[in-house]
Amino acid sequence: MFAQQIVNGVLLGATYALFALGFTLMFGVLRVVNLVYGFYFSAGAFMALGLTRGFGLPIWLALPLAAVGSGLVAVVIDALLLTRLRRVNAPELASLMVTLGAVLALYSAMTVALGPDIRRFPPQVLSGQAVELAGIRITDAQILILAVTAVLVGGLVALMRLSRLGLAIRAMAERPDAAGLMGIDTGRAAALVSFLSGSLAGAGGVLIGLNFNAIQPYMGEAMMLRGFVVIIVGGMGDIGGAVIAGLLLGVVEVLTAGYVASDLKEAVAFAILVIVLWTRPQGLFGRAQVRRA
Amino acid sequence: MSRLDISGLTVAYGRTEAVRGLDLSVAQGQVVCLIGANGAGKTTTLRALSGLVRPRAGRVLLDGADITGLRPHRIAARGLLHVPEGRQIFAELTVEENLAVGAWLVRDAAEIARRRDSVLTRFPRLRERLHQHAGSMSGGEQQMLALGRALMGGPSLLLLDEPSMGLAPLFVEEIFAIIAALKAEGTTILLVEQNASAALDVADYAYVLETGRVVLQGPAAEVANDPAVVAAYLGV
Ligand SMILES: Nc1ncnc2c1ncn2[C@@H]1O[C@H](COP(=O)(O)OP(=O)(O)OP(=O)(O)O)[C@@H](O)[C@H]1O
Ligand SMILES: [Mg+2]
Repeated sequence: MFAQQIVNGVLLGATYALFALGFTLMFGVLRVVNLVYGFYFSAGAFMALGLTRGFGLPIWLALPLAAVGSGLVAVVIDALLLTRLRRVNAPELASLMVTLGAVLALYSAMTVALGPDIRRFPPQVLSGQAVELAGIRITDAQILILAVTAVLVGGLVALMRLSRLGLAIRAMAERPDAAGLMGIDTGRAAALVSFLSGSLAGAGGVLIGLNFNAIQPYMGEAMMLRGFVVIIVGGMGDIGGAVIAGLLLGVVEVLTAGYVASDLKEAVAFAILVIVLWTRPQGLFGRAQVRRA
Repeated sequence: MSRLDISGLTVAYGRTEAVRGLDLSVAQGQVVCLIGANGAGKTTTLRALSGLVRPRAGRVLLDGADITGLRPHRIAARGLLHVPEGRQIFAELTVEENLAVGAWLVRDAAEIARRRDSVLTRFPRLRERLHQHAGSMSGGEQQMLALGRALMGGPSLLLLDEPSMGLAPLFVEEIFAIIAALKAEGTTILLVEQNASAALDVADYAYVLETGRVVLQGPAAEVANDPAVVAAYLGV
């Protein structure tokens, strides 16, 4: 029972980590707290729902398409809302207010267009089959979550650490002006980072939708709060920290729901956040840098 | 190895004009220095040339082609490379990675390797610190890295903003020796300096800027003997 809870917690936490990675990438490189980020999560889940329900696509095809789609949404929204603010070097509060207003409008519009009800993936998407290993049940959705998270996290780390492009992104994260003087097209690099982070959020949305088999317009909002917990606990802009903090949060939530009370799991998450902010404002895992990747 | 012609350059931050109607030329292979008191508009001039700020008026020609108001990466692609005030190295990256970013525009791996070798020969200290985080180096070493990083891009025109700022005398000497060496190799340089005597020594031609305007210009040796310059910038 306990081992089962831990496994469920780690798998839930993996999606939190994925979601937070995109958030931390956006924050660390573009230096903007973009509250629309949670919307990309909802958008990804609904795109996958539409592709599986409407077009009968299998999930292994719907998921990458939904991730790419949310990435494109992120590029467009960033270009519309934030490019201008970055150019005039607007104070952080300005981007906070602009994106807060925008995300509320987007959620409402989505609710009007798609309805407030909880939607589910069609039955053929999730066979519900499970394998049993030493008394621990792992569903096919959970296997998919694990595989997708591993591939995306690994891919992101490889991109940032090993590629020329990742080097340019890390340079731009630290000094956008100097990066431009070296010939890096910082506008294009920023669009690419928006795309990557939007895709991570969208993929996270599909996975959480699969995990609970429940999709609803405001699902990104609840996730956004967890995103804050993860990047604050993990250290802003720190990829390794986000992964560890995401996994921890998933385990803590599942254990709280299993052994204390389901309704308390969010309270516990925020209690952790407050305690960390009080005691270690720089996060649990040291310094805050996406550039450290 | 390029020629720069600036005419009527005006740059403003909001309502204050930091540079007003500047005319300036750098002939191919020359070192031209721009001196002036704090706040005279030297950095602003260089930032306008490399595209970091958009000029309000005026024209900038690089080898006769209009580059006014282009974005920084487009200007860098034409070989105008700017070593900014305060060095602006990537402190979180290693020395090696900083040099690699400097070679961003260079496609040919063999050419990158050749330039890296020539930079490391020019700055042996950097070779010893290749895998160190750039931010952990001394100010003088960081300035060498900033120069080396720009050289990786193969500049046809180099803008240097106070390369000797805040450095110990030994490093200052080394930096000016390097500028002289670059000049001997034919690199065209626009040099901004507070250290007017060293700058006038290495330069062919000089401009003196006061509150955004050129108040004096001429061959460096003449400017160095101008009584007003001696009093204001070379006085003991
Ligand atoms: N980002 C900015 N916003 C507003 N005003 C600025 C900005 N940068 C510079 N200025 C102003 O423009 C004028 C010229 O500044 P600039 O930095 O070009 O001078 P400088 O000659 O390089 O001085 P220093 O020798 O101190 O480096 C100054 O009055 C300065 O206060
Ligand atoms: Mg200056």
